[in-house]
Amino acid sequence: MTSPGSVGVVQARLAEFDQPLALSCGQTLPSYQLAYETYGTLNAAHSNAILICHALSGTHHVAGTYDGQPDNIGWWDNMVGPGKPVDTNRFFVVGVNNLGGCHGSTGPASTNPATGHPWGSSFPFVTVEDWVHAQARLADRLGIQRFAAVMGGSLGGMQALQWSLAYPDRLSHALVIAAAPKLSTQNIGFNEVARQAIVTDPDFNGGNFIEAGVVPRRGLRLARMLGHITYLSDDAMHEKFGRELVGGQQRFSLEVDFAIESYLRYQGDKFSSRFDANSYLIMTKALDYFDPAASFGEGDLSRALSRARASFLVASFNSDWRFSPARSREIVKAVLDNRLPVAYAEIDAPQGHDAFLMDNPDYQSLVATYLQRVAAECQAALPLAGAAVATTDTGLGPTLDKATNASASSTMGGA
Amino acid sequence: MSTAIRADQAAIADWIRPGASVLDLGCGDGSLLSYLQERRGVRGYGVENQPDKVIACVARGVNVIQYDLEAGLAGFDSRSFDHVILSQTLQAVNNTAGVLAEMLRVGREGIVSFPNFGYWRNRAQVLVGRMPVSRDLPHSWHNTPNVHLCTLHDFEALCAEQGAQVLERRVMTAGSQINVLPNLLGSVALYRVTAGI
Repeated sequence: MTSPGSVGVVQARLAEFDQPLALSCGQTLPSYQLAYETYGTLNAAHSNAILICHALSGTHHVAGTYDGQPDNIGWWDNMVGPGKPVDTNRFFVVGVNNLGGCHGSTGPASTNPATGHPWGSSFPFVTVEDWVHAQARLADRLGIQRFAAVMGGSLGGMQALQWSLAYPDRLSHALVIAAAPKLSTQNIGFNEVARQAIVTDPDFNGGNFIEAGVVPRRGLRLARMLGHITYLSDDAMHEKFGRELVGGQQRFSLEVDFAIESYLRYQGDKFSSRFDANSYLIMTKALDYFDPAASFGEGDLSRALSRARASFLVASFNSDWRFSPARSREIVKAVLDNRLPVAYAEIDAPQGHDAFLMDNPDYQSLVATYLQRVAAECQAALPLAGAAVATTDTGLGPTLDKATNASASSTMGGA
Repeated sequence: MSTAIRADQAAIADWIRPGASVLDLGCGDGSLLSYLQERRGVRGYGVENQPDKVIACVARGVNVIQYDLEAGLAGFDSRSFDHVILSQTLQAVNNTAGVLAEMLRVGREGIVSFPNFGYWRNRAQVLVGRMPVSRDLPHSWHNTPNVHLCTLHDFEALCAEQGAQVLERRVMTAGSQINVLPNLLGSVALYRVTAGI
């Protein structure tokens, strides 16, 4: 069940775009669709919108549940809802599934209109830049010229950072959580191991496994198991599983002995049954390629940030070794070098990278406090208190049927 | 003024040029920066390591960076701020000389305020055999955050050792300026310092 203050039952929607999208890789997507959800009400000035960007394996299902699926809770339900840090009584919140994903937006598992077959391995590589351009078009469709805030954790935080550079005048605040200005060499290394696990799975079929009627489950499973190790801290893993033996004693076999093995296998199995292998490859590549210092500043992040106009909230978690506080401080320094407003907090949390999804009083209080000021700015900008609110149905696309709603617990974790 | 402000903080504001860039080390709940933003129109940033105080700064709309001063100011370029302030902070850090040196590196000018241990009331309490407790030293010996208390002479000696140049000094007791026998009659000291040439 959702916690008190849930947005309740929500519906995913689809936005179709016929305007071609030129991608960073040089290819063009002639048309595409984006799956998204919205919560709360857009105010008369359309000034109270917050865009939530998802991480590696996230979706547009940020908060609430689906009709008849009470256990299918949005991935940031502890952050988004009435009275929660991202208060849907005050903000109009948009969650969107990124291009290349596999939960309703156009991706490798979608049908290529030119061939009538699944895109598979022929789906173009999309980048954080491309995602943000596509998100901006969705904002146009929803009548949002300027977001009060764009926010996300991990890869989602990278998108918030990208927004501040690609569309400096289209957001007031960027909330960049557990992110980095670019991946470290070690991080790219982890991603490459995950990708090799997938592409060397005999069922991968060069990426065209859908047409072959198989799923490279073993590869996806390994990729996810590796990921989960890196999303947790050593201490958190020890605390959670220790050296506990599932059967009470050593089995002297390759079956599950330790509780951690059981956990990783379970997470791997769950993930392999819901995530498209090509999407995973593309998403990890997008992570690897992200480097705004190179794109906007000739390698200098401070120079890149000279384009930005937003105020920043940057937050990191002290046990996160995959996106460590030092990486967040690089962002803070670049913001500071440009004398932009910034708040930076290094949250004391034991869970590692996954802490950005967890309950933590300091963390939730920080975001709530920051966004209360943002809400006050939105209120101050309104022409008249009590002005009529625009109907939020304007411009919203058709709803997705249940089958294409983001699948249950499909969204936890992930860089 | 919209925020309650101590007399020493008001005195600090007198030294700040309007529109200057200010870094407040150990900024607490951001009240000084908030005051300087309103009164001096500064572009201010605070450094604070306690989570509840960081959140208090966010609530005030004061820029704040959570950072452990003791580790130095690696994230800050040399001479990148007009003023760097240590308001009632220096006596509470362990790495006193290091923090002072970092302040002088990052700021074109430093402003330091601290309680004067040489104030006669403090000396009197030590004479009768107790650690001093007063308006400007409100903590008992066992729960004080102050680990490196000093007198005016002590601080000036440290500045001399570090090659720091004292540009101006102001000594106060209960909000009034003290000009005679400051190391004896002053309860709080404020210094404007710069890195020696």
